[in-house]
Amino acid sequence: MAKKPENGLLIDYEYCTGCFACQVACSQEHHWPAGMGGIQVLEIVQNLPKGKAYLNFLPFPTELCILCFPRTKKGLEPACVQHCMAGVITYGSLPDLAGELGKKPRMVLWSPR
Amino acid sequence: MNSENVHIVPTTTWSAGPGCHGGCGVLAHIKDGQLIKLEGDPNHPWNQGRLCARALAMTQYVNHEDRITRPLKRVGKRGEGKWEEISWEKAFDYIEKKMKGIREDHGPESIIFSMGTGRDIGPWICMLAYAFGSPNVMFSLSGSACYGPRLSACNTFQGCYCVFDAGQWLPDRYEDPKFKLPETIIIWGYNISATCPDNLFGHWIIDMMKRGTQIICVDPRLSFFASRSKHWLQLRPGTDAALAMGMLNVIINEDLYDHDFLEKWTNGAHLIRIDTGKLLREIHLEAAGDPGNFVVWDENSGTPAIWLSSQAEFKALNVKAALSGRWEVTLADGSRVSCRTSWDAYCEAVNKYPLDKVAEITWVPADKIRKAARLYAKSKPAAIQWGVPIDMTPAVTPTCHAIASLWALTGNLDIPGGNVIAKFAFDAVSYALPGAVGPIGLKDKDMDAKRVGVKEYGPYRTFHWRAQTDMTLDQIFTGKPYPIKGMWIQTAGLLNGIGLDPKKWKRALEKLDFIAAVDLFHTPTTQYADILLPAATFLEKNGVRSWWVPLQTINKAITVDQCKPDVEINFELARRFDPEFKYDTINKLFDDILKPSGMTFEQLQQKGWAIPPVSHPSAPYHRHEKGQLRPDGKPGFKTPTAKFELYSTHREDWGLDPLPHHEEPPFTPVSRPDLTRNYPLILSTGRRSPAYFHSEHRNIPWLRQLDPDPIVEIHPETAAAHDIGNGEWVWMENWLGRCKMKAKVTRIVPPWMVMAAHGWWYPEKKAAEPSLYGVWECNVNQLLPMGHQGKDGQGAPIKHLLCKIYKAVGKEERNG
Repeated sequence: MAKKPENGLLIDYEYCTGCFACQVACSQEHHWPAGMGGIQVLEIVQNLPKGKAYLNFLPFPTELCILCFPRTKKGLEPACVQHCMAGVITYGSLPDLAGELGKKPRMVLWSPR
Repeated sequence: MNSENVHIVPTTTWSAGPGCHGGCGVLAHIKDGQLIKLEGDPNHPWNQGRLCARALAMTQYVNHEDRITRPLKRVGKRGEGKWEEISWEKAFDYIEKKMKGIREDHGPESIIFSMGTGRDIGPWICMLAYAFGSPNVMFSLSGSACYGPRLSACNTFQGCYCVFDAGQWLPDRYEDPKFKLPETIIIWGYNISATCPDNLFGHWIIDMMKRGTQIICVDPRLSFFASRSKHWLQLRPGTDAALAMGMLNVIINEDLYDHDFLEKWTNGAHLIRIDTGKLLREIHLEAAGDPGNFVVWDENSGTPAIWLSSQAEFKALNVKAALSGRWEVTLADGSRVSCRTSWDAYCEAVNKYPLDKVAEITWVPADKIRKAARLYAKSKPAAIQWGVPIDMTPAVTPTCHAIASLWALTGNLDIPGGNVIAKFAFDAVSYALPGAVGPIGLKDKDMDAKRVGVKEYGPYRTFHWRAQTDMTLDQIFTGKPYPIKGMWIQTAGLLNGIGLDPKKWKRALEKLDFIAAVDLFHTPTTQYADILLPAATFLEKNGVRSWWVPLQTINKAITVDQCKPDVEINFELARRFDPEFKYDTINKLFDDILKPSGMTFEQLQQKGWAIPPVSHPSAPYHRHEKGQLRPDGKPGFKTPTAKFELYSTHREDWGLDPLPHHEEPPFTPVSRPDLTRNYPLILSTGRRSPAYFHSEHRNIPWLRQLDPDPIVEIHPETAAAHDIGNGEWVWMENWLGRCKMKAKVTRIVPPWMVMAAHGWWYPEKKAAEPSLYGVWECNVNQLLPMGHQGKDGQGAPIKHLLCKIYKAVGKEERNG
């Protein structure tokens, strides 16, 4: 059985602007080639009634996300967290982040692999 | 990663690299002389450790295998892509000989100094041109239609530029008690988070949204902001002025404006003659009067009273200037003339835009405009931030005038959380932008007389220190009034980025006797150079960043082969061209630029950045009240009347409409129904990509992967009507040309408009013509014209052309 996850990433997707800083920060930190990395930003165009639409971006931690443990053990934030231009990614323990999750809508808590 | 032997150089992003207008504090991690990582500086007040995709990809940029690292001399024909390496000494000698030869035979003005987007190259290209003796520094976009016109327009009626307040002049930013959060920000034609244009950090707006700022978004496209806005005004491109006039109509007629600001700080009371329709001036009342002084009707005395512009006060005491009414005034020759106030004329102009008419022009429902206008006017404070689409229409100045009136008449100018007057920190100016004068200038004014456009266009004559681009292009072909024989092109993509109608630019380049280019990589444009010099990224140079705030140094962290910083290249040549060149070291040049700050380059470098203290004239707020905007120290604005000019005296002097208004752009469904029959879609261009800065970065793998193809956004209904599926290659075509892009079928755009990405070429394709890196296949500027600049020489139709679309078939169904 896999080890129980302890830490995660809380995303406030209300304010993710789709700047892709997290993706490139991850590639730089972990030397991933283009097209691979620990986080991927998805564009979601939602159809709403009356022909309207709504635009969202959503950072998603991939199978390659290691929550930047070499950084966090030195007391640094994960590369994506530090560089996120909109400041929408929070790293922490899952129970702490779960507490944050209830404070405003349009959030998602990821517990990567 | 082993942290041994890694040292960290703090520096500032500006120029080649991320490509943006910079300001981010970064930490360059250097090992054995190589950049191994670039991170945001958490202690920097600008970005607080954050950093964009383009800066984070710098390790792939600096040591890219395609970097030009040695000077290259062309050995084949122009466009053939054949080069040989030469030494710097030989390159400098060759350029010196060629350019001096042209100077001797045709005069220094016959060489044009072409720049692309304004970054730290601005001061150095001016320095070189002026040392050579040419006034012709050309920002190479039609109508200079990026930023310069907005600066210039603000100079026209407001005296200084202004930007939204995000507390950037205060070290503690949002936490500083002097700062006030804007209740509402209008984001007007601006997807600011995708790049950081206009010397601002785009995500400051996000910081403020999180703290409670609400958004009104003016954009034909569903941007991030449009989705999250209280009111989204989805206007037809090119109708911004009509929209602003409609909002003014609501604000004035519902009495939501700031009466105190109108009375004290605008020229609303200045009288206009009914007979000429022009301002009544002191010289009309007294033969010895000053034409620069104006007249109001004094309600206390029941007589005209003189406003002494240069002293920013009335000639008489106890004047109560009337804002509305009609009076008979006796002129110097005894004749009588009827006059009314500028405010009455202004209101009349605004009343020409009732909301039903505005809705018809803009395609925005009247009710939405009314609600947005009320919300903006009732929010205290509120700010407006406009983007480059404002420049990208020929009537840029009247458009700016209408929008600026909104922040002025609601009392939001230079107040906390409003639109703060933007001055260079400590008044240290490196860059001869509209309105700014620093240590780099022409040696004498006579040299400026031959600058292209000076005679024809008021703003160029008065404070827009550039050669008019469209006229310059024509002059290359006509040779009138003097021949143009050479061009210095420094990090400008005439064929792949900044040039509209790029095939015309290509023909122009073919006509020139000599072309020198400076760049970091080969581009389609560099193929037309005779000699190409390798420039450095911001990590490879020292420099000064003086643009609004803070004042910063760029600090050299690495060297890449023989690449040289632009400043060093231009400094060496400036010394060769001008025996009296006033600097002997680059540090002394930097010191001279920084002189108003009281710091030397080395001292500022020690500090990293500096923010002027709150009492300094380059720091907000309320400076028109404190007498900190005008060189004479009087209260008021740096305009001819010392007022915010609702009725523009400069525009009157230039023979142009002094009041804000809408002008229908030249190629729209409204102005050209004949063309619309064959080209039924509005073609808008230039939506920003966070992966790229204009035509740069297509060769950086991490960035290309984010946005791999040139994209045209098409609404699902429009795509279906043309049998176009998502991801298919399509042609856009109009009477000027065509280009091929990949369809992104999306509701982000309305059915009546397609949005095409700009700046595209394929660095992976062949350099030599006819391929020229595929630029003739994918550069959308082939559908945009030169020569349609605005009546004041500024602005150009870039956001609103017309086109048709059709699917690429057969061999064309792919890139290449």
